[in-house]
Order: sequence, then structure tokens, then C-alpha cells
Amino acid sequence: MDFLRPAGWEEALAAKAEHPTAVPIAGGTDVMVEINFDHRRPEYLLDLTRVAELAEWEATDRTVRLGAGVPYTRIIEELRTELPGLALAAHTVGSPQIRNRGTVGGNLGAASPAGDAHPALLAAGAEVEVASVRGTRRIPVEEFFTGVKRHVLEPDELIRAVHIRRADGPQQFSKVGTRNAMVIAVCAFAVALHPRTRTVRTGIGSAAPTPVRAREAEEFLGAALDEGGFWDSGAPLDPSVVRRFVELCAGACRPIDDVRGTAAYRRHAVGVMARRTLGWTWEAYREGEGRTAQCA
Amino acid sequence: MRVNMTVNGRPYEADDVWEGESLLYVLRERLGLPGSKNACEQGECGSCTVRLDGVPVCACLVAAGQAEGSEVVTVEGLADHARQRSGEAAGAVCPGEPEEGHPGTPGTTRHPEPTRPGQVAPLAPVQQAFIDAGAVQCGFCTPGLLVTADELLERNPDPSDADIREALSGNLCRCTGYEKILDAVRLAAARTGEAV
Ligand SMILES: Cc1cc2nc3c(=O)[nH]c(=O)nc-3n(C[C@H](O)[C@H](O)[C@H](O)COP(=O)(O)OP(=O)(O)OC[C@H]3O[C@@H](n4cnc5c(N)ncnc54)[C@H](O)[C@@H]3O)c2cc1C
Ligand code: FES
Ligand code: FES
Repeated sequence: MDFLRPAGWEEALAAKAEHPTAVPIAGGTDVMVEINFDHRRPEYLLDLTRVAELAEWEATDRTVRLGAGVPYTRIIEELRTELPGLALAAHTVGSPQIRNRGTVGGNLGAASPAGDAHPALLAAGAEVEVASVRGTRRIPVEEFFTGVKRHVLEPDELIRAVHIRRADGPQQFSKVGTRNAMVIAVCAFAVALHPRTRTVRTGIGSAAPTPVRAREAEEFLGAALDEGGFWDSGAPLDPSVVRRFVELCAGACRPIDDVRGTAAYRRHAVGVMARRTLGWTWEAYREGEGRTAQCA
Repeated sequence: MRVNMTVNGRPYEADDVWEGESLLYVLRERLGLPGSKNACEQGECGSCTVRLDGVPVCACLVAAGQAEGSEVVTVEGLADHARQRSGEAAGAVCPGEPEEGHPGTPGTTRHPEPTRPGQVAPLAPVQQAFIDAGAVQCGFCTPGLLVTADELLERNPDPSDADIREALSGNLCRCTGYEKILDAVRLAAARTGEAV
């Protein structure tokens, strides 16, 4: 094994181009487990922790460009206002020690259907910026995952950053597990209200081969809110609207039975989380959080 | 490969390190610092917790090469680390200065010496509190908990119970049932608060 230690981004891309089999390592919270248990013996480890650019984020008017190597702890501390859904999701990852090292770049790189960042990114609206010596491309996060632990990266590509829409309304994230800390999601759900565009977006984790959006549910709710004048009135939601939204969210799942839970349980739990998180976000919107943000 | 790092304030050099090796392995097997424990090697138990450039991490999940050039604090250096911190807080970094309020002997003054290898170091407040509160049974989880708890108190000298639970949520103990560990952290916080 060889340990490659690029000091900057260009150098990292050059190293990846020269050694396409090199396994990038950021926080190491996935990679090192595989190496410790001999599940993986890469020829090259490509350490990204020295690439300073990856550990930075910058906010513009509408988006945050989050470097692939910003650890969860910093997202929680520094980006709670801009990215509330992602910050909530980050807070449920592992333990403080894991959050101090683990990164969204690593979560995307691992592409586990249970990755907690994914539902939050789907709901907020995000694009993954990937690069190689050949150039840069931006991939909508819904097109990033191609299967269980598979993604669209070419062998010479690295994740540079994620461009995430800044919250313009309330966002929530919820996760079902056996306890509060250190738990892989049985399933997870994220919802974001986007008052500026008068849309609602969702993200579901661990209930399909890849993280998915419940698009039908989003469209249904968006139309119902629009037609009923809810964005302007801030009136309580009709129970029938909530019920239909919940059904459509549960229906968007393609879950499996596994040791963590059955498919039926996951579908049910996603429905429960959809109802609760929609309730919380709509309450927050009604109380003015979202409507103030809209005017700002 | 060769890896250089500063551990507990002293420079170390490890040779013939395998590239896939963890920081934990280097500390324990190459540098003779077996205080950090190896239980799960998958980030689940926290018994390998060390400070890497100040940040608590699972040493089993840090590749040795990632620690090149960094500052590591392990349980072996915790007493020195805590003493330096309280020295700084008091505005005097001089290690020979007398210090108020040694936790074990309330009201007396202690003359801390910089520790040398082979010498028994005076304990950090959090270590003394673990002993006094009966928070140590088999002791396997203790080094990781001490490093984690010490960092919590450094960041937040007056933590709520919720803060303590959250901070320690990555450290498993199979013996104590955690109540005495919570007592110990509260005790250390209370004593540190008095001493300042
Ligand atoms: C005890 C424990 C608890 C955990 N709990 C959770 C949890 O609750 N929720 C959750 O989602 N995850 C959890 N995880 C998994 C892991 O912490 C996350 O997936 C984390 O986001 C990985 O980030 P990392 O920087 O440590 O990745 P690494 O381990 O460094 O890398 C992960 C993968 O991404 C690739 N990669 C990393 N950076 C890049 C890049 N810039 N470009 C291209 N590829 C890259 C690596 O090659 C590797 O394949 C847990 C892990 C442990 C050990
Ligand atoms: S040995 Fe590192 S967390 Fe268990
Ligand atoms: S005292 Fe035995 S594991 Fe904690």
C-alpha cells in the first residue's frame, strides 16, 4: 500500500488521475473500518485532509458551497441557519468523535442508502461538484446515486464540494433507530418548505436502494398549498391533505426486509415521520419563520 | 513509511509504519503508549479516544499518515494537559508555580512537577473525580472517557446533564451503568468551578 498526501486540490486531482484505483480518505470513518477489518486493501490511500480548500465553505445569496471535507461538527456549529435540515441530520450522525471527523463528501463517497446527509440534501436541493484533471461537472444530488453504495463518479474524479440551496423556509430531519446516539438509520425522512418558489421537497433514506425524493407527494402538497392559498394565509393544513401527503411519501419507498427492520415497518415509519416533520415545518412557517425569510 | 508527530508534548518518530495502520496502533504498539484502548476498531466504543490537534477523535479511525505533523494528547498526557490549561487560565504558564485546590486534598497547595517518564504524574481533576466518584470498575473504558470528559470541561466548564450525556454518547462502558460516570463529570466540573 502507498499513502498519497497531496497538499492541495490540483495535486490531489493529479494523484487521482495517475492512480485511479486510489481510495480517497477524508474523515476515515468509513474507510478505516473497512481497512481495520480487512474488507479493503487498497493499493493507494489518498489522504484529503491536507487539502485546505476541502475544509472550507462559502455562502452566496442563494447557495452554500460546502467543501467535501467540512466535518459534521462544523456544519452543526456554523451552518445551522443556512442549512438547518443538514445541520439536524449531521447532529444524528454517530457520536461526537465521529462527527468531528466524518464529512458530507465521505457520506456521498460511501453512497450508503442510510447516509444521513442524503435526505437533507435532497430536500434542500443540492448539486455535487465533482472534478478531475479533465474538468469539473455538477450533478444534481438525485442523480448522484446509482445503486446501493454506488455513485456516478469516474475513477479519476473526486468530490470537491456540494452546492446546497440556502434555506428559505423551515426544514426538518427525522430518523428512526434503536437509540439516540450511534445508530444507523432504520429509515430517515427530511422535508424542506421553499416559500420563495412555493414548493415542498422531501428526502427519504434507507427505504430504497438509493436515497430518494417522494416526488408525487411533493407535487401533490405543492399544488394543494397553492390552490388553497395556504402560503399566504398560513392556515392550518387540512387533515385530508396531510393524510394524502403521508400516503404518497410511504408509497415512494422501495424498502427491503433486513436486520434493522422489515419493509412494512419502514414504509409505516416513513409515513409517521412525514406527518410529524410536515407538522413541525408548517407550524414554524405559520409562526412566521418561513414567511419572514421569504421577505428577507 | 515514517510518521512524525507530537504526543503529549514530546516529539515522536515511528518507522516502518504500514500505510493502512491506525493512529491507535501506532500509539500502542510503536510508541509504547498503551493507555488508549483497543476494543472495537470501528468507532463504536470510544475507548481509543484521543485529542488530534485538540479535537476528540477515535484513534482507531485515523490513518497513521493522517496524523503526520499533528499534536496528539492521550490519557497518558492528560494530567500535564490539564495542568497547563489551568496554568494558562490563571495567567501563569510557569510549570513550577503553586496551584490552588488540588481536588484530592481540598484547601492545600500543590507543587506540580513536569512529569518525566517513569514518574507517577499527579492526576488531572477529571481523573481524580473518576476515582472519588467510583466511576472506574474494570477500567477499560476509562481512558477514552477521561479524554472525552476533559475536553467537554475545557469547552464547557459548567455542563448540563444533557451536555454531559451528549458529549459522552460515543463512549461505551459495560460495567458502571454510567450513573457514576455522570457523577464524576459533575464532580470534576464543580471542583474546577471552585478552583477558578
Ligand atoms: C461509529 C460510526 C457511526 C456512524 N454513524 C453514522 C450515522 O449515524 N449516519 C451516517 O450517515 N453515517 C454514519 N457513519 C458512517 C460515516 O461516518 C459517514 O458515512 C461519514 O460521512 C463518512 O465521512 P468520512 O469523511 O469519514 O469518509 P471516509 O471514510 O474518509 O470516506 C468514505 C468514502 O467516501 C470516499 N470519499 C471521501 N471523500 C471523498 C472525496 N472528496 N471525493 C471522492 N470520494 C471521497 C472514500 O473513498 C470512501 O469510499 C458512522 C460511522 C461510524 C464508524
Ligand atoms: S476502538 Fe476505537 S472506537 Fe472502539
Ligand atoms: S468500567 Fe468496565 S467498561 Fe467501563
